[in-house]
Amino acid sequence: MAVLVDEGTRLAVAGITGREGSFHTLNNRAYGTNVVGGVTPGKGGQDVEGIPVFDTWQHAMDECQPNTAMIFVPPRFAADSIIEAAAAGVSLVVAITEGIPAHDELRVYNVLASEHPGTRLVGPNCPGILSPGKANVGIIPAAFFKEGNVGVVSRSGTLTYQIGNEIAQAGFGCSTIVGIGGDPVPGSSFVDVLELFEADEQTELVVLSGEIGGSAEEEAAEHIQANMSKPVVAYIAGFTAPAGKQMGHAGAIISGSSGTAPAKAQALEERGVRVGRTPTEAASIAVEVLGGAPAGAA
Amino acid sequence: MDLLEYQGKQLFARHGLKVSSGRAVADVEGAVAAGAEVGYPVVVKAQVLIGGRGKAGGVKLAEDEQQLREHAGNILGMNIRGHTVHTLWIEHASDIAAEYYAAVLLDRSAKKPLVMFSTEGGVDIEEVAARDPERLIRRHVDLLRGLSREQALSIAREGGADADVVEQVADALVALYEVWLAEDAILAEINPLIVTPAREVRALDAKVSLDDNALFRHPDNQSLSDTANEDPIEARAKEQGVQYVKLDGDIGILGNGAGLVMSTLDVVAQAGGSPANFLDAGGGSNAEKIRQAVELLLANDAVKAVLFNIFGGITRGDEVARGLIEAFEQIKPVVPFVVRLDGTNDVEGRRLLQEAALPNVYQAATMNEAAEMVVALAAGRPVGARA
Repeated sequence: MAVLVDEGTRLAVAGITGREGSFHTLNNRAYGTNVVGGVTPGKGGQDVEGIPVFDTWQHAMDECQPNTAMIFVPPRFAADSIIEAAAAGVSLVVAITEGIPAHDELRVYNVLASEHPGTRLVGPNCPGILSPGKANVGIIPAAFFKEGNVGVVSRSGTLTYQIGNEIAQAGFGCSTIVGIGGDPVPGSSFVDVLELFEADEQTELVVLSGEIGGSAEEEAAEHIQANMSKPVVAYIAGFTAPAGKQMGHAGAIISGSSGTAPAKAQALEERGVRVGRTPTEAASIAVEVLGGAPAGAA
Repeated sequence: MDLLEYQGKQLFARHGLKVSSGRAVADVEGAVAAGAEVGYPVVVKAQVLIGGRGKAGGVKLAEDEQQLREHAGNILGMNIRGHTVHTLWIEHASDIAAEYYAAVLLDRSAKKPLVMFSTEGGVDIEEVAARDPERLIRRHVDLLRGLSREQALSIAREGGADADVVEQVADALVALYEVWLAEDAILAEINPLIVTPAREVRALDAKVSLDDNALFRHPDNQSLSDTANEDPIEARAKEQGVQYVKLDGDIGILGNGAGLVMSTLDVVAQAGGSPANFLDAGGGSNAEKIRQAVELLLANDAVKAVLFNIFGGITRGDEVARGLIEAFEQIKPVVPFVVRLDGTNDVEGRRLLQEAALPNVYQAATMNEAAEMVVALAAGRPVGARA
């Protein structure tokens, strides 16, 4: 099982001919992901190490039927590329691009919701999705994760590697690692991904890594209490962040009295979710809930 | 990017929202000339990006030139909660019959634009929302259709705007939505939106926050904001394309990835230390970027010790180590550094550091250990295990 990406993934990449786009596409292919094509307007007919490039998403769909799109194009073109992929019928779009205007993200979200409800967007400004042993779509360094029963969902990339690595060192692996991104209007929320993990047979526990800004963690807390049978362990970054200062991610800003780390941790704990004070503590709580080191672990 | 009041009002005027006529000035003579132009009585308003200007004495009424000179002289250069007043906004004083509140913002939770309106303006709107939530009307707008005049009228009526100005309030809401939409704003707020005794509706204040990521679409807006009060190190970081936020402590922090850096600040604080900054070196940092980042860290004189926390994904540990070694050769820092390297090419990076045997550089195996070490070093306590 695992969620979102697996052996059935057929990946096409917008921006495949760019430096970053080609590097990570080939990395994903080397991991075993089935990369079927790429999209770069004006470069149709070329190929990247044997991967055919098309001018439009529709053409890519006609020729190689991708079910997953990865977006690597610059911010000003990203919104249109996402919508074009959805319009061509791609069911999962993973947007890595950082720095997309918030109004564009809002437009993408609302256009997908009203015109292409069959398409799920993950990101933008996210590290992608990795199902260890199955498929990697994005920039997550797969070497630090192994296959297992922990689902990870996070607004941050490197923080996810930190937590995933500690879980791996304790002998556990992951079903899927989903980076939902650090922007104000993510295509998929914690709640969306928690629903997938709840339904996934491989996943037995979920680690949720949140940060300051917005109310996605509070909404996740309510959802967990009402709808999750599987245990969830959380970590929240940004306890020392001052109000009004954007901490790197466009979404990580405390405005007024809302969006603070203590408020988020409290919302989760009040609804029965254990929250680690450090990434290390979150990982060790996860290991404890899973019942210590698994059989056969080193 | 937050705009000063007068910059917000200029955007308002561009989209047909009524504002009082006024001038932005930088000295007393400019203020006097502005006073003559807009006509007495005038209001002298400090232009700073911080609330509580009035209470701090940064907003004064002047009946004549003599009073204007006096107030302008007092307010220019005034320090309002850490913000120095470099600019004054001089506007013709308004007679006020009623104070309303209006705002358009991006509702992250609903993923829609949100229009808010209240007839209880001129005060802290969060207090109104807490005390009397039904007095603050909140309505979402369909982004793909925009705010119609009908919806704006219904918001104004529901909010209890006086019947004779309902149409004007609706016009103001539509114009404010247009500001929000056309200028790529995250927030466009008017508090207060006044009704004059002559029954004219006008924006008396402006709070606008623009999306930095959308500035490429708005070349006119790129030069706005309060650059005079920007922290010099933050300004330099922005030029280098690095995320740096100045904080009040004495431990310099560098990491890769916003989430990991935020987490590092927390872990250092939990270990009893006080971070001097947030610095995200970003993904794929090369040696040159690392060297520049070290310069930024050390530009803050308060820094007594530095923590490098790297979990390499795209970023490679050996590149970080090379950058640090280069930086030490060129800058010769005197404060101690603690380095925690994990992830891509971490073994190679640690080996490079060990071989370089940089003075005052310590390696830590984990993030928690690194935090403990840097807190001890900043406090002048010795630690073991030098690199």
